[in-house]
Amino acid sequence: MGEALLDLDQTLIERARRAARRITAEIQKHITANTTTTIERTVARLFGVDGVDEDDVPLPNVVVENIQKDGGLSRGAAFWLANAMHYFGYDVQQVAEAVARGSVDLCKVPVKDEAEARRIAGDLARRAVERIAAVRAEREAYIARLGMGREPYLYVIVATGNIYEDVVQATAAVRQGADIIAVIRHTGQSLLDYVPYHATSGGFGGTYATQENFRIMREALDETAEDIGRYPRLVNYASGLCMPEIAAMGAVERLDMMLNDAMYGILFRDINMKRTFVDQSFSRMINAFAGIVINTGEDNYLTTDDPVEAAHTVLASQFINEQFALRAGLPPKQIGLGHVFAIYPEVEDGLLYSLAQARMTREIFPEAPLKYMPPTKHITGNIFKSYAEHVMFNLVSVATGQGIQLLGMLTEAIHTPFLHDRFLAIDNAKYVFNFARHLGDEILYRKDGRIQDWAARILKKATDMLEEIEKIGLMTALERGMFANVRRPKEGGKGADGVVAKGPDYFNPFPELMLPPELRQAQGGESE
Amino acid sequence: MTTTAATPSDRSETARMRPEDVRPYGDTANDGAVQLSFTLPLPPGDLALEAAKAIARRMGLEEPSVVHSQDLTNNFTFFIVYGKVPFGVDVTRLEVPKVQIEAMDFEEINAFVREKIGRKVVVVGASTGTDAHTLGLDAIMNMKGYAGKYGLERYPEFVAVNMGSQVPNEVLVAKAIELGADAILVSQTVTQKNIHVKNLTELVELLEAEGLRDRVILICGGPRITHELAVELGYDAGFGPGTLPPMVASYIVQEIVKRGLAARGRADGK
Repeated sequence: MGEALLDLDQTLIERARRAARRITAEIQKHITANTTTTIERTVARLFGVDGVDEDDVPLPNVVVENIQKDGGLSRGAAFWLANAMHYFGYDVQQVAEAVARGSVDLCKVPVKDEAEARRIAGDLARRAVERIAAVRAEREAYIARLGMGREPYLYVIVATGNIYEDVVQATAAVRQGADIIAVIRHTGQSLLDYVPYHATSGGFGGTYATQENFRIMREALDETAEDIGRYPRLVNYASGLCMPEIAAMGAVERLDMMLNDAMYGILFRDINMKRTFVDQSFSRMINAFAGIVINTGEDNYLTTDDPVEAAHTVLASQFINEQFALRAGLPPKQIGLGHVFAIYPEVEDGLLYSLAQARMTREIFPEAPLKYMPPTKHITGNIFKSYAEHVMFNLVSVATGQGIQLLGMLTEAIHTPFLHDRFLAIDNAKYVFNFARHLGDEILYRKDGRIQDWAARILKKATDMLEEIEKIGLMTALERGMFANVRRPKEGGKGADGVVAKGPDYFNPFPELMLPPELRQAQGGESE
Repeated sequence: MTTTAATPSDRSETARMRPEDVRPYGDTANDGAVQLSFTLPLPPGDLALEAAKAIARRMGLEEPSVVHSQDLTNNFTFFIVYGKVPFGVDVTRLEVPKVQIEAMDFEEINAFVREKIGRKVVVVGASTGTDAHTLGLDAIMNMKGYAGKYGLERYPEFVAVNMGSQVPNEVLVAKAIELGADAILVSQTVTQKNIHVKNLTELVELLEAEGLRDRVILICGGPRITHELAVELGYDAGFGPGTLPPMVASYIVQEIVKRGLAARGRADGK
């Protein structure tokens, strides 16, 4: 499906990719030099720290705050936890509970034998990594035994706020033909600097991402999988202030995809960029190792910017997201780059430009399971018109070889989907995908016609933009509002205080265990 | 076979429709035809069909007809139902609650501000609570505006600050105080279990607690918002779908003058 039909200028593609590589190399220096509170909490979680204290504060937060108050985070939570285990002869949970009781300050525990502490931490990390590898093998066994749907996969969302109600809607959708279920998060959650605990029923606009909620949904989908003889994929969000922690939860509870974008939080949630860059790297490393496909969020740019004028910013960002992902160990098959069917329905030949953009994305990123988003910006209460637009959206997708089709809901902009809204969306997509199944194999695009011209123009503009960003640096580009027409200052935004410079004695055993050898140095898991 | 020639009085059934008795129109005057769709938590089958018709009858529909039903699995069934409304409404007696504004255009509004207010008009807008949608707010506030009408940011006599989505009510109020806002614009697009009503009410309570309610013009907008609902919730005005930026701007500037807020200063008392 990646064959060259658009006659794209290959030199431009190489130039764009080279610029993106250099842009991210510059940021990688910052990533390597720093850790964050949520990364250290992720280490604690993977070591086995679980539960909450009497005020419902998660113990990973309790532990990391305890280290931070004494200025010890530059050495890494792994070291302090293992050191306390060694000194007291506790397991890691007993250490965390002792900290929660106030009977232990981790940085004040005497260091008896540093090498022994590192060995203990290494053992805990190996056990965590083995557990994640086993979960990955379990997914692969399911898919080998039951199979999956055909691409473009039908992706629907549930968003009731109550995990048990989500289960009803999700299993119904899967039985109706959905391939992928995303549980939309309680929307305020991205700005929480902790991950809520327990099963939850009180979210608005979505359901809290908690480890227990992940488990409940996975279990329900596994049962349904046996009934229907097909493995449905489960999605949640490794985004916001707890990106890597949620990635770790997803890895353990067998999520199959996670929304994970290198810049979304900066642009749309006003999270500090220095924090986000470090967090995305660690979270993607976990996603990569767990076999989780990431979904990037470039579609969002066109909700705040003009879908025609700013179309090239989506492509430019895809190049950047791709390079960040490769640096974190994600192979192209796990990089679900996002884009969107966003052109206004009034635009003459809008279908042609949509075909051009979608096909161009396919050809430039031939192995990526592209995530195609439905129109939302201009959808009104005219549900009949929405349904017609979704036919066009589905047609473009099947004709251009998209991988993951987030189905449009005819009641977009009215309410969170009703049970039958979701059914109608699945029905629409199944109809169009089947009715036009091999359309993409039959289409040749006219040389220098409207479609080829559009793609050539967007590629040129994206390449120019990336080469400009290469000169000024990505952080400055974000300050200037070059993406999504949103300006973010380097030092502004939420979570900046959670970025901590690694000391010369920083210790984190996970990059060594999760990354392919050629990437380990850049992640700087272990200082030499 | 002969056919009877149509007379002018036969030509249009609509001619026989009266404003005192207006009914839905399908293809014949006063046929009362309506369509609806819904899901019942019942497995597909005769019982579910009867239940769907019974629901329609209880809604007051006559001759309910289930034209389509669909198994949604998990013991749910989806229905598309047609029926007839056996009553009309008297539109001569209906009152439409609407914002009273004299419509002005871009130039007129700016001239009005220069002449009658004599300082910049400050407007703060946000989608509050967990609502991530800013489409309606952007249409009114952003430079580009909507349907060819510039948004408030483009008005030289306005200082318009669009705070975007998911803004907590407290943050919005703090910003309004900081900037000395004349008007606060709140957008609520998507709702779930009427959360938008709770968000909107909470903002009014916050403003009252801060003693600011009388000093700002409080406006809400969104697809589910009517002026009537807005007033009921304690807002000065509500704008629904299809509202254009100059309508909102006209209302704000006229209301400032009407309430004597021009001279007295803004929310910060400056």
